[in-house]
Amino acid sequence: MSLDKPYKDVPGTTIFDADMSRLGYHLNQFCMSLMKAENRARFKANERAYLDEWPMSEEQKQAVLARDLNRCIALGGNIYFLAKIGATDGKSFQQMAGSMTGMSEEAYRDMMVKGGRSVEGNRYIEEKK
Amino acid sequence: MAHITASVYTSHVPAIGAALDLGKTNEAYWEPVFKGYEPSKQWLKEHKPDVIFLVFNDHATAFSLDMIPTFAIGTAAEFNPADEGWGPRPVPKVIGHPKLAAHIAQSVIQDDFDLTIVNKMDVDHGLTVPLSVMCGQPQAWPCPVIPFAVNVVQYPVPSGRRCFMLGQAIRRAIESYEEPLNVQIWGTGGMSHQLQGPRAGLINKEFDQMFLDRLIDDPDGLSKVPHIDYVREAGSEGIELVMWLIARGAMSDINGGKKPTVRHRFYHVPASNTAVGHLILENN
Repeated sequence: MSLDKPYKDVPGTTIFDADMSRLGYHLNQFCMSLMKAENRARFKANERAYLDEWPMSEEQKQAVLARDLNRCIALGGNIYFLAKIGATDGKSFQQMAGSMTGMSEEAYRDMMVKGGRSVEGNRYIEEKK
Repeated sequence: MAHITASVYTSHVPAIGAALDLGKTNEAYWEPVFKGYEPSKQWLKEHKPDVIFLVFNDHATAFSLDMIPTFAIGTAAEFNPADEGWGPRPVPKVIGHPKLAAHIAQSVIQDDFDLTIVNKMDVDHGLTVPLSVMCGQPQAWPCPVIPFAVNVVQYPVPSGRRCFMLGQAIRRAIESYEEPLNVQIWGTGGMSHQLQGPRAGLINKEFDQMFLDRLIDDPDGLSKVPHIDYVREAGSEGIELVMWLIARGAMSDINGGKKPTVRHRFYHVPASNTAVGHLILENN
C-alpha cells in the first residue's frame, strides 16, 4: 500500500517528510555542524574542502556552494537546517526566504509589509498553470 | 492539588526576539507587534503562575536528524538558551521544575502518550521568544518553566487531534499533582507562514482569524482539521499551529467545565516572514 502524501500538489512547496529526510540526511547534518564557531571558520576558509568531509552527493555540494536553497531543498535539505548556512553568511531568515522566490530582497520585504503572498491562486499546482 | 489557571497562545518568530535584543522595539516596523503584547505583560504580572508548561518546537537546534522525538518533555533543573548560529540570545537561563515534569511524564505515559524524556537540552527561540514577549527583559524569568518540544519539522508531525487529546492528558496529570501549584500552559508557533520555496511569504489572514475564532469556540471541531489544510491554507510552516491545540486541550471546558474567558486577542502582519497571533484564555 502506498503512503498517503496529499501535499504533493501544493505549488512551490516541498514537504520535508521521512523520504526527503533520508535523501538529505548528510546535507542537513553538514548544516548542523555549522552551529559550532570553529566549524563555521573552517567552512568559510575552504568551503569545498569542508564539504568533501561529508558523504554528500556532488549535486548537494554544488547546490550549497551556489547557495541555491531551492536546489538544496529538492535534494533533501530542510529550511531550518539550511538556515545555518545563512547564519554563517550573515543573512537574515527573511533574506534566505526571499532568495527562494525569485524576487529581489526589497520586493520580498515590501510584499511582506503589504500583508504577504496571497493564498489565492497558490493552493494547487493546477492553478499556477 | 495543582491546577491550570490559564492558557496563553503566541507566535514565536525569531526576528521578534532579535528586535527586542537589539533595542528595536520602538521602530515603526516593530512597534505594533510589541504594543500588542503590552496588555499581556501587565496581565502576566497580575497573574503570575508558579510554573509555566511551555509547548514549543525545536528548530534544528537541540534535535538534529540524529533523533527526532515527536513529543519531548524537559525534566532538567535548567535549560540554557541555545546558540542558533548568531550566538545565544542575551536572555536569562530557563529554570525547570523537575519534580512536576517527572510527575507529568509518569502520568501522561501511563495515559498512553509515549513521551521522550529529556534531561539535557538547550532551548531555542521557539521557547525564549514567547517568554520575551510576555515578560519583556527581566533579570530572571518570573517562574520555573517546563519545556515541551513537539516535532513539527519532519513530517508526519502529530495530528491536531492527537495534540488536542494530549492536552487533555496533560491537564489530568497536572491536576493529580499534590502540591497546590498554579500552572499556566502556553501553546506557541504559527500563525500562517511559509519559509521555503517559491511560495515563501505566504500569509492567510482569513485562515488565521478563523483559527483563533474556532480555538476559542470550537476547539474540538478545529482539532479535526487535517494537516493538508494547514499546509495549503497557512503555509508549510503554519503547521506549527497544531501545538496550540495541546494548550487548548488542557483547558477545563474540554472536561465539562465552564467556557474560558478571552482576556486578550491580538493579530498582526508581518513579523519578518510570519503572521503574529496571540490569545490569552482564563479558566473559569
